Amino acid sequence: MTDDILKEFLLEASELVDSLDREMIQLEAEGDLSILLSIFRKVHTIKGTCGFLGLTRLEGITHVGENLLDLLRSGERQLTRESASALLRLLDAMRECLGHIEQHGTEPAKEYTELCAELQRLVDAKPMASVAVSETKPSPVRADAIAPSESPAPETAATELNLTAPSREATPMQHITASDTEEAGKSERSGELSAELKRSALSDSSLRIDVTLLDKLMNLVGELVLARNQILQHNSLGGDQNFARVKQRLNLITTELQEQVMKTRMQPITNVWNKFPRVVRDLSHTCNKKVKVEMEGKETDLDKTLLEAIKDPLTHIVRNAVDHGIELPEERIAAGKSPEGTLSLRALHEGGHVIIQISDDGGGLDVTKIKRKAVQNGILSAERAETLSAYETFQLIFSPGFSTAEKVTHISGRGVGMDVVKTNIEKVGGVIHIQSELGKGTTFTLKIPLTLAIIPALMVESSDQRYAIPQVSLVELVRVSSQQFSEELDRVGDSLFYRLRGNLLPMVDLNALLTGETSASFALEEQDVLNIVVLRAENSLFGLIVDQVHDTEEIVVKPLGKQLKDLSIFAGATILGDGRVALILDVLGISKRAAVCREERHERREVATDRSDAERESLLIVSCRSDERIGLPLDLIDRLEEFELAEIERAASQKVVQYRGGILPLVDLSELLTGEPLPPTDSIRVVVFSEGARRVGLVVNEILDVVDEEIKVAQHRCGANIRGSAIVQGRVTDLLDCGAIMATS
Amino acid sequence: MSTDATHLLTSDLATVGTGEQHQLVTFQVGSLLLGIDVMKVQELIRYQEMTKVPLASAVVEGLINLRGEILTAIDLRRRFSLPPRPASAEPPMNVVVRTEGGIVSFLVDHIGDVVEVGPAQHERTPATIRQRYDDLVAAVYKLERDLLLVLDVEQAATV
Repeated sequence: MTDDILKEFLLEASELVDSLDREMIQLEAEGDLSILLSIFRKVHTIKGTCGFLGLTRLEGITHVGENLLDLLRSGERQLTRESASALLRLLDAMRECLGHIEQHGTEPAKEYTELCAELQRLVDAKPMASVAVSETKPSPVRADAIAPSESPAPETAATELNLTAPSREATPMQHITASDTEEAGKSERSGELSAELKRSALSDSSLRIDVTLLDKLMNLVGELVLARNQILQHNSLGGDQNFARVKQRLNLITTELQEQVMKTRMQPITNVWNKFPRVVRDLSHTCNKKVKVEMEGKETDLDKTLLEAIKDPLTHIVRNAVDHGIELPEERIAAGKSPEGTLSLRALHEGGHVIIQISDDGGGLDVTKIKRKAVQNGILSAERAETLSAYETFQLIFSPGFSTAEKVTHISGRGVGMDVVKTNIEKVGGVIHIQSELGKGTTFTLKIPLTLAIIPALMVESSDQRYAIPQVSLVELVRVSSQQFSEELDRVGDSLFYRLRGNLLPMVDLNALLTGETSASFALEEQDVLNIVVLRAENSLFGLIVDQVHDTEEIVVKPLGKQLKDLSIFAGATILGDGRVALILDVLGISKRAAVCREERHERREVATDRSDAERESLLIVSCRSDERIGLPLDLIDRLEEFELAEIERAASQKVVQYRGGILPLVDLSELLTGEPLPPTDSIRVVVFSEGARRVGLVVNEILDVVDEEIKVAQHRCGANIRGSAIVQGRVTDLLDCGAIMATS
Repeated sequence: MSTDATHLLTSDLATVGTGEQHQLVTFQVGSLLLGIDVMKVQELIRYQEMTKVPLASAVVEGLINLRGEILTAIDLRRRFSLPPRPASAEPPMNVVVRTEGGIVSFLVDHIGDVVEVGPAQHERTPATIRQRYDDLVAAVYKLERDLLLVLDVEQAATV
């Protein structure tokens, strides 16, 4: 029985301490009296219960804190940074006590004398002069605060007692009576009772449940779902109307039950974030910095276990951002920024993952400094350091034993940490990225798999099996009937393209992809219709051809076993309403596998931070004679055509073909670049460019590939019609200046 | 399988009573008699429809839903490079096993008895078995008529 009461107390007290933490920060920021009252009430509640349960140590420290709060409440003391810090430390001590009681069943042996002395000092810190005043004549504020029934004399005596002999035995009694009467009087006067009622109504509407119980519930619901399915399939009683109705109801109820139970494990990320204002406040005070915290997407749901797993890494990043990232106010002013730094936290669901961003607007990462440190610490050689890109350099801070801080502080800078952060994030299957700009700030982006998170997904079918596509990657659905094939589909070698509002959209055939082939597995001629799911992977779009498109569903993402971890095209699996398992497609993985976008994710990020002459471009690679590679910007290309030699006519000494009711002038690429025309063949391959109403057909030898890469123009050979050369797919490729060709032809 | 004889034998052995007694769940996979420590087996379930995993190792038969948990089913015939199950055969059974990497299901032909084995029946792993199924077999016990191969579940679950 006592155990139950103690347990109940521990849970309640821990929650109270957590909310006190938040309220203290809020109080410090806003100085609102109602918050102070709420804090006082909570501390008082904890102290009261402690006394009842015989937890004398906890009661003792809480009591001193309550004294201070009492004085703050009555206006006799102003809330200073000092007193706020002391009160926050008190909360820490309370938390520590509660933790100890929970683990060992007893209070810790620690005395907290220092903390008590500090709090007591703050209680007594009133200037001596005013103490003298209050001895003879209580201040008006004080008199107002104390219930009329009480005479000021004993209170003054108590203060005196505290001053001379801070005996803990004597003071509590005195103050409990004092504050109790006071509170009673107050609530009656200011209608606080109603606030109290509201609060209790709120706590009545929620209750605590053991997570293991929820897990059991979830499993039971799973079994119920399977049983339901068997009943649904049982059609021997199908003729019975009543049975059919009951079946239908069972179906609906089970589905809803399943959904609701699954939601019980989800918690908003704010449960972890809540602690950060306090962390930031304490740290910024220690570092003499000013930092405000902004949060976005607090309600983003994550599975409870996952939330636990990312708590420490997130805290570490936040601490780092305050300690290393944000500069001192003077430095900020000198750099033309507001003296107060901003730390912003963002969370959102994306592509079957939770993205968490922690950005500061501080000094940013200094590439040269990091390199120098890394060389000093022997992480890499000076020669190697020279060649590192900005992105690679940022990765160095995840090396064990690395620290950029000039000074080692007690907060961070000892070089343990970021590597642990990375390991922990990766342990739960997440990734971490850094973006930083010198002088502007740093952003850490964490991508955490949802594990159990519920996401909306589009269900598609391929080879009689269902797959889920996270809806965040979904752009649109397109249905192309066979009449439109010739108009809207283009084939380049093995690759198929769809013309989506004038842009060439690379297509991936899901059936082929899943059987391990690279090109589309079907003959276009045999299809009546193509279902295309347009998806976004990174910044590029592609179309996924599926057999059938079903509904969207809320799915619960579950991880795949270790045997299947290597399959990058699946993000996980889910259980469908009928109890069957469906795989969740990883859109980025598919686009990579299908070589729609070939480069690694980080290369793009590097561009974002280190934008020089590198540009990301989609190119059509063609050859003009034999092995020379020419890149054409894909966004200018209208169509790819093939013409019979016989179709070529001449108009004003230029080769032309009749094309879509107009005349298309042809430009021989080989002739243009080398002066020698292509050897005549039976048919010619033509890339059609358009600009406004004007069209030009470029005759090429062969269409090789489509790439979507970061193009660094290495050599500006601005000869006729070539705007430069670049290395594309590891080979030197000339980039055609289409504008010039359009102008001259 | 020699059920009665085995039980007799094992109860006799139990009275001899060294600390090395194991209870093993036995099952048939092709021509092999395999066993898994009873403490590692979570449950035995009938064959159920599976979700195929394209591009996965051939050893992975598919995914099953075990009361809300998604398990990878590993076909032990393929894992042991045995000929595929004849189409006419009964559907395989799932032996759901707890491994370090999570719960997996092994597909087997038939489930046998739970037998108790001790050091007296322990055999050195014959060279032929060692050669063919090197890491998959953790130990070998001699039963009345058969050789019982104890499956190394961690290895078997690693594909």
